[in-house]
Amino acid sequence: MQRRGRVHKMVQLSDFLVVSALLFAISIAGIFLNRKNMIIILMSIELMLLAVNINFIAFSHFSGDMAGQVFVFFILTVAAAEAAIGLAILMVLFRNRGTINVQEIDEMKG
Amino acid sequence: MGFEQIIFYLFATALIMSAVSVVTVRNPVLAALFLIAAFFSSSAIWIMLEAEFLGVVLVLVYVGAVMVLFLFVIMMLDINTDLLREGFMRYLPIGLLIAVVIAAEMILVMMSKVFDKPIPAPLPANHSNTEALGEVLYTQYVYPFEIAAVILLVAIVAAIVLAHRKRPINTKSQKPGEQVRVKSSDRLRIIKMDAEKRAGS
Repeated sequence: MQRRGRVHKMVQLSDFLVVSALLFAISIAGIFLNRKNMIIILMSIELMLLAVNINFIAFSHFSGDMAGQVFVFFILTVAAAEAAIGLAILMVLFRNRGTINVQEIDEMKG
Repeated sequence: MGFEQIIFYLFATALIMSAVSVVTVRNPVLAALFLIAAFFSSSAIWIMLEAEFLGVVLVLVYVGAVMVLFLFVIMMLDINTDLLREGFMRYLPIGLLIAVVIAAEMILVMMSKVFDKPIPAPLPANHSNTEALGEVLYTQYVYPFEIAAVILLVAIVAAIVLAHRKRPINTKSQKPGEQVRVKSSDRLRIIKMDAEKRAGS
């Protein structure tokens, strides 16, 4: 990879960051495209968290600091809890309303 | 192009392709399977970054638990995918525009000189990532670690309370307290009576 006049034989920090930026942008587009399907929206949120985690681990590796990996550990914990509660809410919603269409869930008029 | 770069671009391409498939595919079961592929490729990238423990944890926890939960829920719900897909083409231009703008901005920032860090020397072969992570986790971050455990407990209780369905009243069920407390005199009554003669003899 040729950048700023130097030939890199190794993977740079910015390569990892670009991959995670692309992943984040794809998941934002996913929320826009599937704005009726709540399951795909939850999956897009998982992809966003994955992009953030890749950033954390890349910085942790290139700075030689373990704190980034500890943070990824906590993000994984919270994301698992979020997925469990989100899916439980989804089930209750489907049981009560018979749909998971986000646009039809407007009882609270928020 | 070095060997590491080939591996990196292979897994990064797989990651991006499966992420695109997650958001565009019609069938939610397929979307969940593509999400599993995305988790696998990113765990390979994490292992490249010498975060072996977290790479393994990602596969175990996400692929093994969270995605199975997703698949369970998708298969339990009776979803009309065609109804949920309508509006996909209508929001495609604006969604793509916003995604491209965000990606371009982030990539412009991330290609700057600030992030041009020297590549660290590889750790020795007997270096244990799990041990290093555990040492920090149980000393410096022990309080957040306990809070994470409480968060998981709260999530378990909340998920059960939300998804638990009240059973109808006339369902038969065991009552262990009463079963233990019962005495033989409650079930069996011994009475004294005279022997009866048979009619034939």
